[in-house]
Amino acid sequence: MKRHTVKELQGMIADHSASSQEIYKLYNNRIRAMNDSINAFISIESDEYSSGNKQADSEISGVPYAVKDIFCSEGDQTTCGSKMLSNFVSPYDATVVKNLREKGTVILGKTNMDEFAMGSSNETSFFGNVNNPWDLERTPGGSSGGSAAAVAAGMAPIALGTDTGGSIRQPAALTGITGLKPTYGRCSRFGMIAFASSLDQAGILSISAEDSAIFLEHMAGYDQKDSTSSKETVPKYTDFLNNDLSGKVVGLPNEFFDGNLDSRFQELVTDSIGEYEKMGVKFKDISLPNIKYSVPTYYVVAPAECSSNLARYDGVRFGHRSTDGKDLDAFYKQTRKDGFGQEVKRRIITGTYVLSAGYYDAYYLKAQKVRQLINQDFLDAFKEVDFIMGPTTQQSAFKLGEKVDDPVSMYMNDIYTISSNLSGVPAISHPIGFVDRLPFGLQIIAPHFKEHELLNIAHKYQMATDWHLQTPEICKEID
Amino acid sequence: MSWETVIGLEIHVQLDTKSKIFSGASTTYGAEQNTNTSPVDLGYPGVLPVLNKDAVMMAIKFGLAVDAEISRRSIFARKNYFYPDLPKGYQISQYELPIVHTGSLEIRLNDGSKKVVGITRAHLEEDAGKSIHDKFANETAIDLNRAGTPLLEIVSEPDIRSAEEASAYMQKIHQLVRYLKISDGNMQEGSFRCDANVSVRPSGQNELGTRTEVKNINSFRFVENAINYEVERQIDRLEDGDEVAQETRLYDPERDETRPMRSKEEANDYRYFPDPDLLPLEIDDETIEEIRKSLPELFDAKVKRYTEVLKIKENDAEEIARNMQVAEYFEAILENFNHDAQLISNWILSEVIAVLNRESIEINAFQIEPSRLASLLSRIHDNTISSTIAKDLFNQMLSSDETADEMIEKQGLEQITDEDSISQFVTEVLDEFSEQKDQYLAGKEQVLGFLVGQVMKRSKGKANPKLVNELIIRQIKR
Repeated sequence: MKRHTVKELQGMIADHSASSQEIYKLYNNRIRAMNDSINAFISIESDEYSSGNKQADSEISGVPYAVKDIFCSEGDQTTCGSKMLSNFVSPYDATVVKNLREKGTVILGKTNMDEFAMGSSNETSFFGNVNNPWDLERTPGGSSGGSAAAVAAGMAPIALGTDTGGSIRQPAALTGITGLKPTYGRCSRFGMIAFASSLDQAGILSISAEDSAIFLEHMAGYDQKDSTSSKETVPKYTDFLNNDLSGKVVGLPNEFFDGNLDSRFQELVTDSIGEYEKMGVKFKDISLPNIKYSVPTYYVVAPAECSSNLARYDGVRFGHRSTDGKDLDAFYKQTRKDGFGQEVKRRIITGTYVLSAGYYDAYYLKAQKVRQLINQDFLDAFKEVDFIMGPTTQQSAFKLGEKVDDPVSMYMNDIYTISSNLSGVPAISHPIGFVDRLPFGLQIIAPHFKEHELLNIAHKYQMATDWHLQTPEICKEID
Repeated sequence: MSWETVIGLEIHVQLDTKSKIFSGASTTYGAEQNTNTSPVDLGYPGVLPVLNKDAVMMAIKFGLAVDAEISRRSIFARKNYFYPDLPKGYQISQYELPIVHTGSLEIRLNDGSKKVVGITRAHLEEDAGKSIHDKFANETAIDLNRAGTPLLEIVSEPDIRSAEEASAYMQKIHQLVRYLKISDGNMQEGSFRCDANVSVRPSGQNELGTRTEVKNINSFRFVENAINYEVERQIDRLEDGDEVAQETRLYDPERDETRPMRSKEEANDYRYFPDPDLLPLEIDDETIEEIRKSLPELFDAKVKRYTEVLKIKENDAEEIARNMQVAEYFEAILENFNHDAQLISNWILSEVIAVLNRESIEINAFQIEPSRLASLLSRIHDNTISSTIAKDLFNQMLSSDETADEMIEKQGLEQITDEDSISQFVTEVLDEFSEQKDQYLAGKEQVLGFLVGQVMKRSKGKANPKLVNELIIRQIKR
């Protein structure tokens, strides 16, 4: 089979070499053929194509896409990877889904994910782990593991994900695709089930940076229903893709090149830097001194917000309900004990603890202050450089089960990605090669609302290389 | 030993916005259960709160009316606790930085003395839904219509020293929010309720005693009763050598006593933190100035103007101004008839109020519009009709929509002021009652009233009584 990019599908629809019905059918068939081995989808849309909405005439009209099951979509089961919401059918669309629906795109299905987006291996999902298309015994990363695996395996040309601490970029890196986390506030959070409200951001997993540029324009923008969404104008991202990079300066933070990286991964990073140098990009060593506090800061702020955000899952109005409780307390306890998995409970308990009377100042308040310092590090760095680069992860896809009992080691997966969520800056991961037939990614970070520059630099790299076009073996078995 | 009582009140005022504080759902009272709800009020997954600007404007109005500081930047926080009628598992409320702080309000006590009560803060928050325990056996029903209704919580300083002062303060706040049109103040529907923090200490001691909090009091009488009960209870305990437990209590109006709430209900650690779904609320100077300009004239200013400019008796001015709707009615009459404010006041406080009381209605529902009452008063003022006829017409107006002029014309009620016509009646009467005429001449002036009455009778009440008086005396003495 061939993995089509969104750009290619647009061409096929435009020159009538394939209708949107035929394209939908193609992906629907692939999903049905591959989902048993990959488990990328929690729910699959009907095999009957229905545009489902007004005849929208846009450049992405008729393009199908996959949606992480954290986004509410009207009339669809929306589980967030949890038993708690396994019976929840959303009565409304998330704003990003609504925006794309109005442009005539078609949902293929809802993708698997770590429960409530808490995890980095997709192993905390109530609906089972996702298998990495490059090696079915390995994790695709998480929490947007289903979306990443679906795009990597050609089950969807493009997918929506969310990124709270690396949940788009890390799985993109581990599955050899492109993952974009926009600036905090660039896309509306309305209808996107909250994990950590001040960190969550919707983004895109795609084969190419160009595809992300095409989709982002139609997803992003201010939304009255989300007070934290930005009024900053949404540019036409594709207009910037081919801008000349010569003279651009990239900062390489000491903290991202800490000597912990395996030499074979380091080599890939060095090669990619060489590629960029050929385009006239200049490199410079910099320091982001407070970034070493990112992981502990994140694991105070995110659990604190999650402990409050997840309080609404109490079995009273919707979702899972355990009925054997004798009184109100027992009802709550049983419902939440049965409805949530272990990692979610761990974070709720951590979050409840750090917000408790007597601990608030020492944990939550201090973490918020450190967060300011981390943001300031980025603001200072971007006075001198246009981009910051480093590896997206410390290693490539690990074996399923390898870290599931070691939360701290699991949390370290996001060591390079978390800081951009704490600061709110946009970041992209794109593939830069393979070690032992497993893909590896490079992360590029830009100042707030410079997604067009991120997409520009990644696109130029992808014009000069073909790492992003490599296809896993499993695809070859399918039409 | 003599004891001093120290009281602080927290008053919860439901703001009279069309929609809820964080959603577009209606706030209408009495709708079918769970129909005034949106996914935001139901705490559905992924939905977000959007602040209602009207609620903010109302809070600022209140702040300006009590000479408080308006925070240029205030923060909404989450107060976390589990309860089935709290859909999100947290209440959005202002905690560390409230929108209004450091204000004051002057109250007047029964003995005429005045006192200033400090207002610590007033903050915006959302109300919870209702748990209904008595509708189904062994089951609790939840109605979320009220969930997300905007509340302004007004916290006083512990400046209040008696139940009477507490009631006066509560009434003054009640009057104020109605004047400002930020709440309907309906206590039966729970739009206006208060918690009282009560403690006692030996007179002269600076340190405060241990306080109890009496929750959810929804009448002026109950606040007095609850505080009186609580003060007596606390003094009894202290005089017996016992301690007062710091606790939350409920007032039971049927038994006229306070009782402790279950201690479990107050063992919460609310884990407040700033709500990441809402930006800090920023208010600029222009907004504040605009609202300041739009503030209505308040009670004290009205009484002053009524007495000093309109020359109404002070007691009457206060009576009129006490209820803003009555004051508005008064001022609407004044727009059509500005010759005698005291006359208007007299009519409202006697005739109009009597009808309102008799029919148990608010002045908004009163049958006679201000313009029609103004027309009636004008005709009294210009002597077209007498007060007696006016009262008759007033009663007719209750069930008609005619103006005074229409009635006067139709019923031929115009007062007779023509001297010739009245003289004719006078001559007739003096002829018939010559005995009384002689008595008058002999110095028994009381008979004059009788003679006037006879003339009025002959004129069917239409003769101008003053003129009748004059003409009788003139004819007798001739």
